[in-house]
Amino acid sequence: MAPRAVAIIPATLVAGLVLAPLTAVLIRGGGPSALGPADWAALRFTLLQAVVSSALSVGLAIPVARALARRRFPGRSLLITLLGAPFILPVLVAVLGLLAVFGQNGWLSALLGVFGLPPVQVYGLHGVVLAHVFFNLPLATRLILQGWLSIPAERLRTAATLDLPPFAIFRLIEGPMLRHIAPGAALIVFTLCLGSFAVALTLGGGPASTTVELAIYQSFRFDFDLSHAATLATVQLALVAVSALLLLRLPLGEAMGAGLDRTLRRWDAETPRLRVLDAVWIALAATFLLLPLLAIALRGVPGLATLPASVWQAAGFSLAVALGSTALCLALALPLALGRGEPAALLGLAISPLVLGTGLFLLIQPHASPFTLALPVTALVNALMSLPFALRALRPEVQAITAQYGPLAQSLDLSPHAWTFRILLPRLRRPLGFSAGLAAALSMGDLGVIALFADPERATLPLQMYRLMQGYRMESAAAAALLLLVLSLGLFWIFDRGGRADADT
Amino acid sequence: MLTLDRVIIRQGDFALSADLTLPKGAITAIIGPSGAGKSTLLSAIAGFLPVSGRIAWDGTDLGPLPPGKRPLAMLFQDNNLFPHLTAAQNVALALTHRARLTEAQRDKVTDALARTGLSGLEDRKPSQLSGGQQSRVALARVLLQDKPLLLLDEPFSALGPALKSEMLDLVATLARDTGQTVLMITHDPADARRIADHTLVVADGTASPPQPTKDLFANPPKALRTYLGTA
Repeated sequence: MAPRAVAIIPATLVAGLVLAPLTAVLIRGGGPSALGPADWAALRFTLLQAVVSSALSVGLAIPVARALARRRFPGRSLLITLLGAPFILPVLVAVLGLLAVFGQNGWLSALLGVFGLPPVQVYGLHGVVLAHVFFNLPLATRLILQGWLSIPAERLRTAATLDLPPFAIFRLIEGPMLRHIAPGAALIVFTLCLGSFAVALTLGGGPASTTVELAIYQSFRFDFDLSHAATLATVQLALVAVSALLLLRLPLGEAMGAGLDRTLRRWDAETPRLRVLDAVWIALAATFLLLPLLAIALRGVPGLATLPASVWQAAGFSLAVALGSTALCLALALPLALGRGEPAALLGLAISPLVLGTGLFLLIQPHASPFTLALPVTALVNALMSLPFALRALRPEVQAITAQYGPLAQSLDLSPHAWTFRILLPRLRRPLGFSAGLAAALSMGDLGVIALFADPERATLPLQMYRLMQGYRMESAAAAALLLLVLSLGLFWIFDRGGRADADT
Repeated sequence: MLTLDRVIIRQGDFALSADLTLPKGAITAIIGPSGAGKSTLLSAIAGFLPVSGRIAWDGTDLGPLPPGKRPLAMLFQDNNLFPHLTAAQNVALALTHRARLTEAQRDKVTDALARTGLSGLEDRKPSQLSGGQQSRVALARVLLQDKPLLLLDEPFSALGPALKSEMLDLVATLARDTGQTVLMITHDPADARRIADHTLVVADGTASPPQPTKDLFANPPKALRTYLGTA
């Protein structure tokens, strides 16, 4: 019933859009011999920060997920929903929020100052790791919480009637579950951190803390050495491709899925000590996640009225890029989801925006000025980056609908056209709305390719905000961050809501 | 003797009331339509659900006791065994939660497995055992838990008819040997007739007091007639 031919055209298109820039990068770049000491240092730092970030994110996610799994309290489902928010939160907004809390002039430093202690130095490896944990602790928590909630209730009840103490339950039930789930969660976080660009750009604070992605940008912007950028892009390509291949082999939970509303009743955990312990973990995690957002809101409001016109113009460009990227993403995702297009979309996961951007730059340069195409290229790259997530949401639904209603449709002798437009698309409303929201928010907040291509005339909102930060115009930067936050979350909310409203389940 | 003194179990809109006494050392079957609250009743006795009223064993109020401190063992419909532990390790959980066993504990485990007909299968994991053998492992663990009350929430419902009868007979034999009081859910009247001395009906929000199984089926009350389809 799924028209396979329909999938061939977008699949070829996606493959071409990804492979052509890659080929350009590989042709232009040199081999490993072309790597200088600074490049090796960037490679080492990339791996180091990714290892530390994933270990910390998953290590901290385990007690938080356990507390969420076994406690029921007011605001629990809201907190779990908020754990999904960092995924669509623009990186720069979070960075500015973290600076407001943990930076040299932040709340923590002010608090330390009261006791006569020196302010915190946030730039460097620990700053990068801090931001990565902020983004990935919630993701890891959701993945691991899923693992906890998949433990059959009877098993915990059996443990309860056997009067097993908490450590025995950990050895018998929770330990094996974590051995199954935690490596996959750590590898996801590791892979995400490998592609770190905006965080390293703003919090790295020097040559010692440069990631490969950042090095690509620097050889572009400062040296304009395209061959060197291409060599670095080859390195980044190999890094991410290897970890993406490993990812495909590991069992993964479904972090996006619903069903986190359940709690596990735990008779071994009713002691006051464990209650307090869990409360502390939940409070710490919530504070760590909410304080930076609160800081953005507080610091951003005063500057809103005096935002420079360039920021409003950038916001307009960003909206256009986000909507264009969303339309493109869905136009590619839908036919791919109906056919068997997942491998093509996974290509988007295996490469980084800056690698793709470098390749596109190399391809465009002989024919036109890449800078005039900054916005369309940004929209295109963003669409390709969102494609795997859109397919991840759409494909299982298409399969479920086909399995559930396919025989009925066949017995009614529905034409493929009627099947697609009368049955399939209306029933896909929810995942379509969710995918569109995700694509729009990710594109709205992205600071990646645009940093390579942009000229002073055409900046997106994240880029404009970065320029304000560089110029130490912190009040305007905070106001721009607030605007960006509202626009990103607003776009996600509108699309996701549109998919849900009146959807018959 | 298990006493349920004006017990009411509430779950959302659903409420089940029970005011009854179970004779000690006997096997009592619980029968009734699905959704009537049979499992809810067992869960409440085991301590998994809060209740109003009083549940007592031999005069001791069970209310303040967590599940693990109550004088009972329980088997569920599935997931009774840990899939990554061997038969012997699963059974040993009745004695200790430590991974290492003493010589005496090891002997007890071997003995319990022998009494349920599983000699020589100590080192098999559940996936390497048949459905009937898995049930026997669970029963061996219950045997070692050595609790005066055994609650069965249809643990044999996935087995074929012959195997199920065999397991019920094994339960009856073991319970008579140890003097254990058994409370078992079933949806098959034949199960009740086969091994239960008494049967109680759960229907319409009430768990009725148990009656001798023979008498009950000879002269079924209206709720039971409706369930059996003989109304």
